[in-house]
Amino acid sequence: MAQKYRLPEGGRVDRSQPLRFTFDGKSYEGFAGDTLASAMMANGLRLVGRSFKYHRPRGIITSGVDEPNALVDLYSGTSKHEADARTTMAELVDGMDAKSINNYPLLKYDVGAVNSIFSKFFVSGFYYKTFMWPKAAWLKLYEPFIRKAAGLGTAPTVPDTDHYEKHYGYCDVLIIGAGPAGLAAARQAARSNARVWVVDDQPELGGHLLTRSATIDGKDSDAWIAEVRAELEAAPNVTLKTRAQAISYFDMNYVAIWEKVTNHMANPPANMPRERLYRVRAGQVIIASGSHERPLVFADNDRPGVMLAGAAETYVKRYGVKPGKRAVAMVNNDYAYGSILALLDAGIEVPLVCDLRQEPDGALTQAVKDRGVPIRAGHAIVAIKGKNSVRGVKVAALSEDGKALAEGEKPASQACDLVVHSAGWTPAVHAHCMARGKLAWSDDMSCFLPSEGSDANPNVSAGNCAGQMDLASVLTSGHEAAGQVLEALGMPANNAPAAPTADPEAASSTRILWIVPGEKELGYGSAKHFIDFQNDSTAFDVQLAVREGMHSIEHVKRYTTTGMATDQGKLANLNAIGIVSEALDVAPEKVGTTTYRLPYTPTTFGVIAGRDIDELLDPARTTAMHPWHEDNGAVYEDVGQWKRPWYFPKKGESMHKAVLRECAAVREDVGILDASTLGKIVVKGPDAGAFLDLVYTNKFSSLKPGKCRYGLMLNEDGMILDDGVTSRISDDEFYMTTTTGNAAPVLDHLEEYLQTEWPHMQVYLTSVTEQWATATIAGPKARDLLAEICSDVDLSAEAFEFMSWREGTVADCPARIFRISFTGDVSYEINVPSDYGLHLWNTLMQVGRKYGITPYGTETMHVLRAEKGFIIVGQETDGSVMPFDLDMNWIVSKKKGDFIGRRSLYRSDMSKPDRKQLVGIKTVDPSVVLEEGAQLVRELKAQPPMDMVGHVTSSYMSPACGRSIALGIVKGGLAAKGETLYSPQPDGKVIEVVTCSPVFFDPEGSRQNG
Amino acid sequence: MRYSAFSLLRNTLSHHKNWPQLWGSPDPQPEYDVIIIGGGGHGLATAYYLASQHGINNVAVLEKAWIGGGNTGRNTTIVRSNYLWDESAKLYETALKLWENLSQELNYNVMFSQRGVMNLCHNVHDVRETKRRVNANRLNGIDSEFLDAQQVKEFCPAIDLRGGGRYPVMGASLQRRGGTARHDAVAWGYARGAAKRGVHIIQNCPVTGFDIEGGAIKGVQTAKGPIKAKRVGMVVAGHSSVLANMAGFKLPLHCRPLQALVSEPVKPAIDCVVMSNAVHAYISQSDKGELVIGAGTDAYCSYGQRGSMHNTEGTLAAICEMFPQFRRMKMLRAWGGIVDTCPDASPIIGKTPVEGLYINCGWGTGGFKATPGSGWVFADTIANERPHALAEPFALSRFSSGYLIGEHGAAGVAH
Ligand SMILES: Cc1cc2nc3c(=O)[nH]c(=O)nc-3n(C[C@H](O)[C@H](O)[C@H](O)COP(=O)(O)OP(=O)(O)OC[C@H]3O[C@@H](n4cnc5c(N)ncnc54)[C@H](O)[C@@H]3O)c2cc1C
Repeated sequence: MAQKYRLPEGGRVDRSQPLRFTFDGKSYEGFAGDTLASAMMANGLRLVGRSFKYHRPRGIITSGVDEPNALVDLYSGTSKHEADARTTMAELVDGMDAKSINNYPLLKYDVGAVNSIFSKFFVSGFYYKTFMWPKAAWLKLYEPFIRKAAGLGTAPTVPDTDHYEKHYGYCDVLIIGAGPAGLAAARQAARSNARVWVVDDQPELGGHLLTRSATIDGKDSDAWIAEVRAELEAAPNVTLKTRAQAISYFDMNYVAIWEKVTNHMANPPANMPRERLYRVRAGQVIIASGSHERPLVFADNDRPGVMLAGAAETYVKRYGVKPGKRAVAMVNNDYAYGSILALLDAGIEVPLVCDLRQEPDGALTQAVKDRGVPIRAGHAIVAIKGKNSVRGVKVAALSEDGKALAEGEKPASQACDLVVHSAGWTPAVHAHCMARGKLAWSDDMSCFLPSEGSDANPNVSAGNCAGQMDLASVLTSGHEAAGQVLEALGMPANNAPAAPTADPEAASSTRILWIVPGEKELGYGSAKHFIDFQNDSTAFDVQLAVREGMHSIEHVKRYTTTGMATDQGKLANLNAIGIVSEALDVAPEKVGTTTYRLPYTPTTFGVIAGRDIDELLDPARTTAMHPWHEDNGAVYEDVGQWKRPWYFPKKGESMHKAVLRECAAVREDVGILDASTLGKIVVKGPDAGAFLDLVYTNKFSSLKPGKCRYGLMLNEDGMILDDGVTSRISDDEFYMTTTTGNAAPVLDHLEEYLQTEWPHMQVYLTSVTEQWATATIAGPKARDLLAEICSDVDLSAEAFEFMSWREGTVADCPARIFRISFTGDVSYEINVPSDYGLHLWNTLMQVGRKYGITPYGTETMHVLRAEKGFIIVGQETDGSVMPFDLDMNWIVSKKKGDFIGRRSLYRSDMSKPDRKQLVGIKTVDPSVVLEEGAQLVRELKAQPPMDMVGHVTSSYMSPACGRSIALGIVKGGLAAKGETLYSPQPDGKVIEVVTCSPVFFDPEGSRQNG
Repeated sequence: MRYSAFSLLRNTLSHHKNWPQLWGSPDPQPEYDVIIIGGGGHGLATAYYLASQHGINNVAVLEKAWIGGGNTGRNTTIVRSNYLWDESAKLYETALKLWENLSQELNYNVMFSQRGVMNLCHNVHDVRETKRRVNANRLNGIDSEFLDAQQVKEFCPAIDLRGGGRYPVMGASLQRRGGTARHDAVAWGYARGAAKRGVHIIQNCPVTGFDIEGGAIKGVQTAKGPIKAKRVGMVVAGHSSVLANMAGFKLPLHCRPLQALVSEPVKPAIDCVVMSNAVHAYISQSDKGELVIGAGTDAYCSYGQRGSMHNTEGTLAAICEMFPQFRRMKMLRAWGGIVDTCPDASPIIGKTPVEGLYINCGWGTGGFKATPGSGWVFADTIANERPHALAEPFALSRFSSGYLIGEHGAAGVAH
């Protein structure tokens, strides 16, 4: 029969909207408004999963974020595959496809359950004590076996095709949780001028009122909620978000909120994201996150059909589902009797309630008594019958101290198919703790409550999470919290409402028994008292950990894995603390808690990544000339974030051929390079020259306007940070270039010094990398070419010398022309405003045709500069190379005074003769091109280890030299040029090389100066 | 009691009532031969080797809170030795060799799992630098291979070579002997081994000051009173500068939060360690089934043991780039530790300006893998009152001499 556990009426589900779903391939029906868990329950599905270690059969035990057992894989094998989905939080969707996890071959007959047989062996920490012999077996045998048995669901194997979004939000008041406390707070805050956000992870407002309704302000709570909702929705200053959970809380009230946008839709519109992440900066936060019911730790408390009393009540009241037909309850507090009343109202038989209290008191207790239900004071459930499903319980009176059965007590059996239990409620102090608030133990309530907050994070806790348990005080505390934060903000509510009221409840007693004894002493017999259900950690495990010397709660957690399951200890932690405090005989306050870690519940990777995926992870930067490169078949190299043409192959041409052709063109005619990606920084201000003197190793304050100078920048440790040409535009303005990859780091470096070390200097830095497009033309015909499209600059070698720059008009565009050279040939770097870049390039290509103009890429540039022995920062240098290592003493000024890194240059190890120094390298066989990154040795040995003396940093076939050339850094290389070294290859071969000067071509520099 | 399947069985029969304490909880004596400050893996390993290799058993390890609670219990447990520079390679390889026998040596299963560590290359520059490192490793006698893209895919089928279009995989270095271990077990195993040899493991005992006379150490002040010792080793990672300050000298360290996170547990999905410096992320899967994911350090200095949100965002974006099928996985837990990094990203091991006070710190983002080796050379250094040969290059004095060991490429992000 369909939905045989569905109540004929009641609950918040819509019986007119049936939805189909499958579980392990079988089809079932539920209703709109169900969670997957409630729909499964309505269909009588009890055994829904298997536990982690012992593969014990498991059922649903909660109705919310704290569910450890009822996890499934959703939509297996599709792009919507979600592993370990929490059925209690998954809204039912038509066509939902769920699969049970951690079992093989079937949920019902799981071979992994043999672990259960050996469970006495598999106590906490057993794996540290064994699997060590034979040594090789760990990797080959034991670990693969453990791995296969562990894990819960299966990871998706196809990419997720949904999209996710991220937003920032700003508000004065953020209210986390829209239960009675949150709503009372929101109602007041809404009437102020404050911008208010209210978030709740449920689809409906109301929190616990959705489970246990009440009378508020004289009306039914549903009506009250509707009224508040209407007011919030109408208020222009309020942003109200359901299905939105605060998952983490960072300093300065920065809260991450995770919203499920379309998860509950069967056919979501394509333009909507599946989920959103809001990062909200709030002036004040009101934490009204409620509490979680605490399980009792008793024998076999994990059997399917054993569940928390409040959860059972939720299934009945909110979802109109009967969790069973006949229930036995075990409780220690009055509130749980409200749940029992709900069961009775739903027609569930309750033959018996065990109350751990010797003298059960309280209004609800009385009400249950009045319904004729026998209440056994000082009694407990000491055993559960049934494995895949509860069939009955054994009940017995406990001894006075509650540590064992009463003398001579014979447990009595009671048949039932449902066991509900409650040890009271644990305040959800997660947000308070993530906000670095402190906790204090409350003896009255046997739980930790927020004590001090953190100055960095102004917030107030209200309602259950602040230890206010009865509805009247919950409402008042929410209302007052709002008053408090509005006052702190100086934004009082206009015509503030009175605090909502409810009937106060009379105080009643609670009795804490951290462990409810079973028929046998813990560790004897086969029953298990679970604390962490998912991770299969038991009271016995925790006691064992303490016995073995794990006295810190953090050690207990790690040794037993208690609290490390996907509910992050929401059910387990307080019980573990209680049991440890008993075992150590210290107050729970002394035991303390483990750290509350983010996120509050497991959060999709995708939503945290947001749109920053695929191409947008790190958007590629392209130059103004990029369209031309695209049209002309450029092959790109990624340099920093830039797409730079690597080479321009002609049809069918190999990289090698293309590079030879491009090189030849530059040396013989004219080549053109897109150099727009070089970093460009304007350094301006009266102290600009003095600033540059402190930044570069050489002097810039003496540079004349119109002139350019090559400079080296060092880190504090004396090692080379960057190089480039900087030109003086005017007395107070310089134009700095950096390497492509270092544009941002260099700007950071300069700003840091300017702001922290030399704040007195009047210098302003502006990155203009993208304001200018740069075409470099290089080669013997470069001057002739430029002359054709630039008439207002005298380009003659005498008038426009190497290392100077001119302002002029090129291809009808305003331009700055720099006569500098990275190739060793006459070369002009023509800068025009970016918008003109493509025009400039096109013009040069067109006019240049008769000069044989050839576009070249970074590879050719590298070859040409290597022929000249010019270094590339990051290739010849690696953070361990200083100027002297490159034979660049000439660029380190001895006279000008201090500069960054200067002091480090003169440390004792910096002048050692065996430092690694730049050399040229020639293979003995000129046709062999060394691999970049090849290591060099002086003395060959038959086998490693061998002492390495250096490595190859750059290596090419050089057309100009007609042979291979390489650069490298070699110990003592400067003094030892001409020595023979060896490069042992991975395949055992050895390449013999001879070191030489790094300048292979035109050592006099006549070409570039000409 | 020796641990074995047999002892486990015997104890099962006696209902696990007779297991001895792993390390006890002794009260401090007035004086020890050696005090080790800091009960992380490095401190505990030092104590263990002092007792087991050098016959110095009258040793106390003073831990501020609970042993293994610092970076030792917070790291992503990647172990490898394929470092670039000779000095580092030798040190980390010494550690790796000790790892290979550690479970047996300690009689405690530290679950060292040599599943292979891959460092990806995404551009021409990465390839060049990776080959350089692989070649250097090889010539140092350390196993290291260069894989091309196709071989990467074969070794780790879960990876998407496209890298989202922006970070295509061009190759990788692979160290097959690298892998992961169970971090807590390392601390516990060393603590148990040391305690068995007479070392006092004293928890909840922060050192609050030093007793120094005539430039030599005489003892320390602690929350449990003064304790004397003529030799003191300081192994407090993120708090090194704080303690050095108490002892009157400065360290060239920056302390920053480094974070890590795990997913919910799933069945085996990735069977090796994959790291990428270019996208600042690395991933492996624990025996429990959680994807273990690490990020880059936060940019600011802090002692708050957690990272900031934007770093988590960047890391998970990077992971989704390399493994787009994991986008629907969920982050279960994130945390941070304080990593102490030197300007050259290499550690400091050896003497301090205070006679008898030794220091071991600066392991930054990557010291878990060094734990056994670090303890080994530090114990030797303290026992013989001179730096162990492998520790010598890592002296504090290198910052004044300029002998830096720039491991940014190997340690800047990666572990
Ligand atoms: C997120 C993250 C990921 C990492 N991933 C890796 C990785 O994958 N691979 C890798 O090799 N490394 C990794 N590391 C680095 C590695 O964790 C550390 O380098 C290493 O664990 C340091 O060990 P330790 O024993 O020196 O320090 P810790 O374990 O931090 O121990 C220092 C101890 O000193 C104690 N202490 C501090 N002050 C005092 C005091 N005043 N008195 C007494 N005791 C004191 C602390 O409480 C602490 O227990 C990672 C680090 C982090 C944070």
